[in-house]
Amino acid sequence: MVVKMDYIKKQIKRKKTSDWVRFFAMWISVIITVSILLYIVGFILIRGIPHIRPSLFSLTYTTQNQSLFPALVTTIYMVGITLLIAVPFGIFTAIYLVEYASRGSKVVKIIRMTTETLAGIPSIVFGLFGYIFFANWLGWGKSILAGCFTLAIMILPIIMRTTEESLKSIPDAYREGSFSLGAGRLRTVIRVTLPSAMPGVFAGIILSVGRIVGETAALIYTIGSVIKIPESLFSQGRTLALHVLQLAGEGHHRNEAYATAVVLLVVVLSINLLSSFIERKFKNRL
Amino acid sequence: MKFVLSEVNLWYNDFQALQNVSMDIKANEVTAFIGPSGCGKSTLIKSLNRMNDLIEGCKITGFIQLDGEDVYGSMDVNLLRKRVGMVFQKPNPFPMSVYDNIAFGPRTHGIKNKRELDEIVEKSLHDAAIWDEVKDRLKKSALGLSGGQQQRLCIARALSVSPDVLLMDEPTSALDPISTGKIEDLVMELKKNYTVIIVTHNMQQATRISDKTAFFLLGEVIEFGDTDQIFSMPRDKRCEDYITGRFG
Repeated sequence: MVVKMDYIKKQIKRKKTSDWVRFFAMWISVIITVSILLYIVGFILIRGIPHIRPSLFSLTYTTQNQSLFPALVTTIYMVGITLLIAVPFGIFTAIYLVEYASRGSKVVKIIRMTTETLAGIPSIVFGLFGYIFFANWLGWGKSILAGCFTLAIMILPIIMRTTEESLKSIPDAYREGSFSLGAGRLRTVIRVTLPSAMPGVFAGIILSVGRIVGETAALIYTIGSVIKIPESLFSQGRTLALHVLQLAGEGHHRNEAYATAVVLLVVVLSINLLSSFIERKFKNRL
Repeated sequence: MKFVLSEVNLWYNDFQALQNVSMDIKANEVTAFIGPSGCGKSTLIKSLNRMNDLIEGCKITGFIQLDGEDVYGSMDVNLLRKRVGMVFQKPNPFPMSVYDNIAFGPRTHGIKNKRELDEIVEKSLHDAAIWDEVKDRLKKSALGLSGGQQQRLCIARALSVSPDVLLMDEPTSALDPISTGKIEDLVMELKKNYTVIIVTHNMQQATRISDKTAFFLLGEVIEFGDTDQIFSMPRDKRCEDYITGRFG
């Protein structure tokens, strides 16, 4: 009995040390991750905020004011139009894969392989493709539209995968309940499964927005670099990220580049806040 | 006769789950299916409203007739499921409000009028003996109810499309004795207006609530008859062994 008690005490002691090690490892990881993020954000804010001045937000860009306003407007257009193109396609494909196609069929495998490949292609390749296909072959020229379609292809896999995963996580019991009341497949999807999957869909959209706002390589050859508020879908334009790239690359306007980066950061942050606000609205409604 | 089954065979790919099942199920009676796990009770109950259609590799032969119509013939499967409602083993309310859960079925079948929907919701909840518990929280999420309440809500939901038949697949197996008691009382009440077919693992439950009992073993119906007779003097040795607890 005594031996046993000793053994148990030793075990407890050993457990305590291993707990400590785990606790430490966890906290160190957390601190490193958070401080890297804070460092980057802080760096940009400190470098950028002093150089934010009203003339940066002039309606038109001149070489004197280095206004970022046209780029800001272009960025918002790009986000809206790209989502408008990609979200329906992504959601409908995911619905087809999860709710309609028979599980493990060849078509499903091919679609899944295609999207996975799509997700792994470097963005500059998308840029070149968009340039050749949308801008030249379809004759759209370097334009907002060509840029949006290029980005739409890039974010399609993200939207599809997140929607697919969240549809898959909806218990079959919901579907059975709906079918057993005489509801067809379409009604079941629209009224029962898709609403429950909405939080996942939103997560995908937020990720996509980040991708759109931050993208440069895919846009250099597809939307051009004219700094004007776009007048039509066929105007050229320049997004904030591209603007930062150009300002930093030219070397004369480093300060403006940081100031623009601050605005870019604010845009991303507010879009994320907006999406999570909408998401919460959705969750509460159920 | 509500349901007439003759020579029903069913396969999941190569596995034969039902063998030559023939039985007549009378209207306004409670019929209980008993038997050990994997003997085909749930499979049979799911064939009655064609929920098996959703399972890949499921093949069925023989006849199942509802009021003289072939269930697997030209009948619209959604209308069949409207006529033959179902309650599942685990309560599965939709992640919506109590009201929307009940209104889902009627809305599916084209009822849009608000007042009509209100009436259906109230009547269904009354019939499922849960109205008093939820009348003040119709707009709140159904997922906040207790397990027993959720199951009665699911019964109300099944009643909302005014079916003729109610299929219940072990409706009390996930519930505590008090909720179980409530649901059993409810079944006794429901048989006045509906034909009830219930799968159960609880033999006391079968004796308490059913008029007819079918004993299943390995996909076959071994014995089918009045519940009193089955439980007092079963004709088949295997049935006797099962209900006296010698196996299963």
